[in-house]
Amino acid sequence: MHELAICQSLLREVQRVAARNDASEVVRIGVVVGPLSGVEAPLLERAFTLARCGTIAANATLEIEEAPLTVWCESCGVESQVAMNALLCGRCGTWKVDLRSGNELLLKQVELSRDETAGATG
Amino acid sequence: MCDQCGCATTPDTVHVHDHAGVVTTRSVDAQSVEILTGLLHENDHVAAHNREHLDRHGILAVNLMSSPGSGKTSLLEATIDALGDRHRIAVIEGDLETENDARRIREKGVPAVQITTGQTCHLDAHMVHDALHALDLGAIDILFIENVGNLVCPASFDLGQHANVTLLAVTEGDDKPAKYPVMFRGSDLVLLAKADLLDVLDDFSPQKAVGHVRDLANPADVFTVSARRADTLVPWIAWLEDRLAACRGGMAPRPRSHPASRHSHHHPHHAGAAE
Ligand SMILES: Nc1nc2c(ncn2[C@@H]2O[C@H](COP(=O)(O)OP(=O)(O)OP(=O)(O)O)[C@@H](O)[C@H]2O)c(=O)[nH]1
Ligand SMILES: [Zn+2]
Ligand SMILES: [Zn+2]
Ligand SMILES: [Zn+2]
Ligand SMILES: [Zn+2]
Repeated sequence: MHELAICQSLLREVQRVAARNDASEVVRIGVVVGPLSGVEAPLLERAFTLARCGTIAANATLEIEEAPLTVWCESCGVESQVAMNALLCGRCGTWKVDLRSGNELLLKQVELSRDETAGATG
Repeated sequence: MCDQCGCATTPDTVHVHDHAGVVTTRSVDAQSVEILTGLLHENDHVAAHNREHLDRHGILAVNLMSSPGSGKTSLLEATIDALGDRHRIAVIEGDLETENDARRIREKGVPAVQITTGQTCHLDAHMVHDALHALDLGAIDILFIENVGNLVCPASFDLGQHANVTLLAVTEGDDKPAKYPVMFRGSDLVLLAKADLLDVLDDFSPQKAVGHVRDLANPADVFTVSARRADTLVPWIAWLEDRLAACRGGMAPRPRSHPASRHSHHHPHHAGAAE
């Protein structure tokens, strides 16, 4: 399982974004994960709850957007939704297709807060 | 949702748990930053740096991957014999534990750096960078990186190699590519290894294995090799020498897309905040 290593890398990147924006805290992290990225969303989520401890994102939520798996066939000019191990054109069945979406592993969005208001105790 | 207390947070509040377990709710001046960077951004940077090191020296770097025990080290030993003294070889060995593989390579008179990864089930670009600095790059033509035996994790980490070569031993079943699509989709060459055993295994079909690789939209060559039969290595050796010539001619190949280093094609609003 390398989801923990990926989380640590993600958190270092998030930390850099936070520092650049003078944030005191990271509230939410949005990532895009494709089925062919090699990363399992549930494992990433579980690893995140461990990896975030003691970081600026200690209270952050992780939102995982799962990208669709689509290929583009040049000869047919069509895009098809496909399965992980059958990247074939939905129309003509050829394997000579381009992956259009499905291998993403992206940090898409970070929601930050600046510590300006100290509020009520809950 | 706040994981620790199970309450829902509205977008403009955040619950902060201090060490004493006190929960503070403060209103936040939330700011959303749109970025589109690979989750493995850092690794990819180091991998690119490694590739620069290698390209500058005209070295061909091959990342060898497979399940544990598919025959990577044996293939390397046979490859070293087959290449003879035509090319200077070096090997970076990744294993969870032990120096055994590096020792086997050194017995062939070839420099080998062992990386023991401990709990980590894959090599990453940082580990390879350190290993590169332990080698004399001016004295290497082909660098083999034997990754940790694992068909899952190594697929996600670019190391700076020029090509991904995946071994599939004929004892493993011809449907491995269908079961590990990420690894086999990213392979520039698939070697059906331990082919001397094909005679006694009636249920492995090389044609089916090729079919499963094609089903991943991968046009990669698939060769059948045995570390026990030097004659089977001819196409593999030719494949290496073609790519070595390209590296020397300043036309070093790039490995097939690394999933982790993907820059999104379908998000046109590339608000690249990260460098
Ligand atoms: N019959 C046959 N056996 C082989 C061949 N190649 C390797 N083996 C055997 O398979 C076993 C594992 O080989 P290794 O070369 O150590 O495999 P590896 O992939 O380097 O293993 P790890 O580094 O532990 O993942 C050994 O017992 C080898 O003798 C081959 O071409 N034919
Ligand atoms: Zn791993
Ligand atoms: Zn088509
Ligand atoms: Zn080995
Ligand atoms: Zn360096």
